[in-house]
Amino acid sequence: MADVVFFHRVTQRYYKGPQILREASFRLGEGEMMFLTGASGSGKSTLLRLIGSLTRPQTGQIAVLSQNISQLRRSEIPAFRRQIGIIFQNPSLLAERTVFDNVALPLVIRGHSGADIGRRVRGALDAVGLLNKEKAFPITLSGGEQQRAGIARAVVATPKLLLADEPTGNLDPEMAREVMQLFMRFNQIGVSVLVATHALGLIRHLPYRIAHLENGRIDIQSADDAAAPAIAEKLI
Amino acid sequence: MSAAKNTVSARATKAPSWWSRVLQDHSRAISGSFTQLVQKPIATLLTAFVIGLTLALPAGLDTVLRNLDIVGDSLQGSLRASLFLKDSVTPEQAQDLNRVLGKRPGVASSRLITREQALQEFKEHSGFGEALDLLKDNPLPATIVVTPDHHAPEAQTDALMKELVKLPEVEQAQLDEKWLQRLYAILDLVQQAVAVVAAALGLAVIIVIGNTIRLDIESHREEISVMKLIGAPDSFIRRPFLYTGLGYGLIGAVLACAMVAGVALLLASPAHQLADLYDAAPALHGLAPQAVGGVFGAGLVLGWLGAYWAVSRHLHLIQPT
Repeated sequence: MADVVFFHRVTQRYYKGPQILREASFRLGEGEMMFLTGASGSGKSTLLRLIGSLTRPQTGQIAVLSQNISQLRRSEIPAFRRQIGIIFQNPSLLAERTVFDNVALPLVIRGHSGADIGRRVRGALDAVGLLNKEKAFPITLSGGEQQRAGIARAVVATPKLLLADEPTGNLDPEMAREVMQLFMRFNQIGVSVLVATHALGLIRHLPYRIAHLENGRIDIQSADDAAAPAIAEKLI
Repeated sequence: MSAAKNTVSARATKAPSWWSRVLQDHSRAISGSFTQLVQKPIATLLTAFVIGLTLALPAGLDTVLRNLDIVGDSLQGSLRASLFLKDSVTPEQAQDLNRVLGKRPGVASSRLITREQALQEFKEHSGFGEALDLLKDNPLPATIVVTPDHHAPEAQTDALMKELVKLPEVEQAQLDEKWLQRLYAILDLVQQAVAVVAAALGLAVIIVIGNTIRLDIESHREEISVMKLIGAPDSFIRRPFLYTGLGYGLIGAVLACAMVAGVALLLASPAHQLADLYDAAPALHGLAPQAVGGVFGAGLVLGWLGAYWAVSRHLHLIQPT
């Protein structure tokens, strides 16, 4: 299994702040789903921002989709980001655009035709269960619906890697479970997924590896790889 | 699951061609910019009015200069030379010379003012009537006023004037063109000043548009942040703002032309009266087609420059959070 994310001995310190990562290392394979856990402030978001090239690494090596993040030029970053989907706790939907227009943004950027955009956006909205809300504005959606719209926007352009930072942080348990099942569905069809969460109760019994961040270091907790697909299928 | 599969399997669909992408990107950017300008009409018109006023000033000055130039050219048609004859020239010789000059090619008319006529006119107009009677001799020379043919080429008129000055009977010649030359010199100077003022005002337009676009960028901070997060290149984010700058420049140019045309219309009647007094070209000319092109060109270029300046300065400061 080729590595989609190769994170090797990365150390990161914020300006005049604490060292957030200390020679942290882990790998995410192609088509793999992994959870990133740790206490608040443990560096989960920093790690995802490094992988998404939202923050420059200070030391260590990060390769994502076979590209060395440290060596990316500023002009190369947009093309890199177009290969991945990023979801935050706050889905950052644009208030003055409809759900359809929000989800369509990545396709508009890529210059897809109107018909293609319509087809893909409706496909993504159908996948997250929001097909009936395409004309709604974000303010009229519930927190869970907004998060699902954010997920639809992240996956509509068919990324190879999906990064999610506390995607269930603002959701009730039922909604959180639904969102997590969405990620599992996308993983089932080949998308590599890395989800940062502190909702241990939600992921404890899921058949995926967990990278636990503590004191800037990563501790990998393996899942039963052989049983994983069967369990995931059952859960979905 | 099948919907998710459809979403992901779309990866294999054919990518749009480069041309269709460019066309779509630009049409979307133009449509977005137009919507933005129309959505806040008062703010758009106020900004465009300031730009229009700034463009109208040099355009108006240029129009004034062009009109003065035309007036100068038409006054050149009424150019006259006053030939003051030597005291030794007898009245008969003066009459003969006047007849000869009147028949010369390139001369429209010539008029002899004898010494007696000159003294009489001077007495009537100077107010020294009785005082002049005390003079033993008439100090005024006989004068021939030569008016060149208006239709003759300028070079021929110049050559004629130079020849007249060198005639043996002529003591001194005074060409009416001196003040005209001074007018042209002043116009040249003013033209240079207008160029400097236009450059300064052009800078002002860039600053006005740049600042307006900066505020637009600030009001779209969240949108830009999301765009960058999902991989929009700077050119994609920049494009609508550049079109907005072009829009401001375009509307400003329209207003500038309208302002100059309005002022020209207002001044047409008094200018007509003034031109009559000077026997000059009667019509007040508005903006020339080249000047209209210049105003539109300047508006568009300055609008684009202002927007590009603002976007270059502020876009990189906004990053996904």
